[in-house]
Amino acid sequence: MYAYDEIDRTLVNERVSEFRDQVKRRLSGELTEDEFKILRLQNGVYLQLHAYMFRVAIPYGTLATNQLRALAHVARKYDRGYGHFTTRQNIQFNWIKLAELPDALADLAEVGIHAMQTSGNNMRNVTSDQWAGVAPGEIEDPRIWSELIRQHTTLHPEFSFLPRKFKIAITASDHDRAAIKIHDIGLKLIKNEKGETGFEVLVGGGLGRTPFIGKTIKHFVHGRDILSYIEAILRVYNQYGRRDNIYKARIKILVHELGIEKFSREVEEEWQHIRNSSLQIDDEVIEDIRSRFTYPNYEKLPHMPDELRQAAADGDFEAWRKNSVSPHKVQGYSIVTISLKPIGVPPGDATAVQMDALADLADKYSFGEIRVGHEQNLALPHVAKRDLPALWKALDKLGLATPNVNLITDIIACPGLDYCSLANARSIPIAQELTRRFANHELANLIGRLHINISGCINACGHHHVGHIGILGVEKNGEEVYQITIGGRADEGAALGNLIGPGVKFDEVADVIEDVVEAYLALRERPEELFIDTVKRLGVEPFKERVYATR
Amino acid sequence: MTSPLEQKKIKIAGPSVVTANRTWDGIVVYRTAAKSWSADLSEAAIVRNSDEAKALLAESVADDVGAIGPYIAPVQVGADGKIEPGNLREQIRRTGVTIGQPAQV
Repeated sequence: MYAYDEIDRTLVNERVSEFRDQVKRRLSGELTEDEFKILRLQNGVYLQLHAYMFRVAIPYGTLATNQLRALAHVARKYDRGYGHFTTRQNIQFNWIKLAELPDALADLAEVGIHAMQTSGNNMRNVTSDQWAGVAPGEIEDPRIWSELIRQHTTLHPEFSFLPRKFKIAITASDHDRAAIKIHDIGLKLIKNEKGETGFEVLVGGGLGRTPFIGKTIKHFVHGRDILSYIEAILRVYNQYGRRDNIYKARIKILVHELGIEKFSREVEEEWQHIRNSSLQIDDEVIEDIRSRFTYPNYEKLPHMPDELRQAAADGDFEAWRKNSVSPHKVQGYSIVTISLKPIGVPPGDATAVQMDALADLADKYSFGEIRVGHEQNLALPHVAKRDLPALWKALDKLGLATPNVNLITDIIACPGLDYCSLANARSIPIAQELTRRFANHELANLIGRLHINISGCINACGHHHVGHIGILGVEKNGEEVYQITIGGRADEGAALGNLIGPGVKFDEVADVIEDVVEAYLALRERPEELFIDTVKRLGVEPFKERVYATR
Repeated sequence: MTSPLEQKKIKIAGPSVVTANRTWDGIVVYRTAAKSWSADLSEAAIVRNSDEAKALLAESVADDVGAIGPYIAPVQVGADGKIEPGNLREQIRRTGVTIGQPAQV
């Protein structure tokens, strides 16, 4: 966990007071909506179909149990008893009242949570690997650098009025769980030949109506230079990024139009001006941040405790363990992913009761720490293997032990037309129907790893472009129509999916996905060949033939 | 189902209402003939041509404190005078999400 200092606490509290005054002036009519809109957006407040939506940041996906309880409290007191975890390590509340928002923010501020820069054209919440600090083989904890960037960019005037929103993600593992290649800036922690810590820097990734995979702009930037290098990128973006057309304002468009070589030269030139400035980071600064991250006092535990050996005879436990439990860097411990994708439930939703109970379980079994991943699941990062059977039973009672992590029912979905004012089509009911179709665990296991991502409009909050199967809802002649892509992925091999054919109606989507999956099962060379690999080997055509032959 | 954010021209093809979200709590409201807002669609003022729509929208926009984001939305008016939303988006805004919500806790 990271311990905020007095500067952080003062900043967050002052922001709450400021927003309370702004809300008061808005409700009295002193501020018009035009004047107020940018202020509420800077505090994570959108207007959706039915109500205001309040988006709260969970920096680098790390939550303490008192923070999760505070989120449960907000859900219960100010909303309708649940929250929605997003694809960028935020949580959204869908039914919040503007008049009560300052109180909700004040309650969150007591535990160091805020909503700054969760919307608007600024530097958004810096995201990271939800397994940061515990993943085997990691270079070092990427959250230290995430925190450095968070501190530098929070309320930074130069980054507060960018041409468009700007997102940074950081990973320190070879297997990318932070989707860095679809971010405006993606950072991968690496060591150079001298053993020094630095970053491979990618730029220009993003989804939306014009998707791009990020490109490497520099193979190694020393850790001490990372702020100046990021600032150089942002200065070039601020200077050349288009403000005249919202659809062409993201940095990905600039990188595409200039070309990565020219963009890179511009950044390099800018960097030389500021590289040796106060933006160069002293080791002391990094060490100070590092010292504020606390890590558990792990016990020396056996690799295979008796409790785990005995529980292995229980088929249900084993099914859960195989999908939800991952190796930890410390012997005797595991990382447990908690699926927020029970069959028939909106992906990413958790009730206040579940959040409170999870906080209790994290206190009991995970040194008081919870993580949030971009796949809209949670994780307990420090679970002793001997505790896994007891934890599983407790999660099962809460409806949180669905053994489907990374399987076909572990679906990413945006809120879609059920909530979102930008959406053209519903996402959640499609996800619900698909989870029912593939609810049989043996079938899901037979299919193996397969990610379905669903967006209810071209803005792509459900990351449909990078789903192994992507589903995009659009509107055609007043009806919801869904376009299906296959072959996308969001990890280190990031790729954009390809369309398989004409869009299909709402009621046909689940049938089409069943056809795609049946085609895969028939086409794969062996059970170990994943869906994504079969698509890569054969292309779209055989799937297209199967889906459209009878339609 | 075009987003109201993209609604630039006022051109209506049938009976319509002006809808928005109430400022203090965000709930869905409809402009009434009494120059007020109501959460009940049956109390909405119906407009049937572009001039009427333009006037009702202008009046609604002027009430910036009462509600935000007003726009014109299509409705269907039955033979009995009952007003129903004219598309899925407005149906969802009126009756709520089409998915189950967790029980309030």
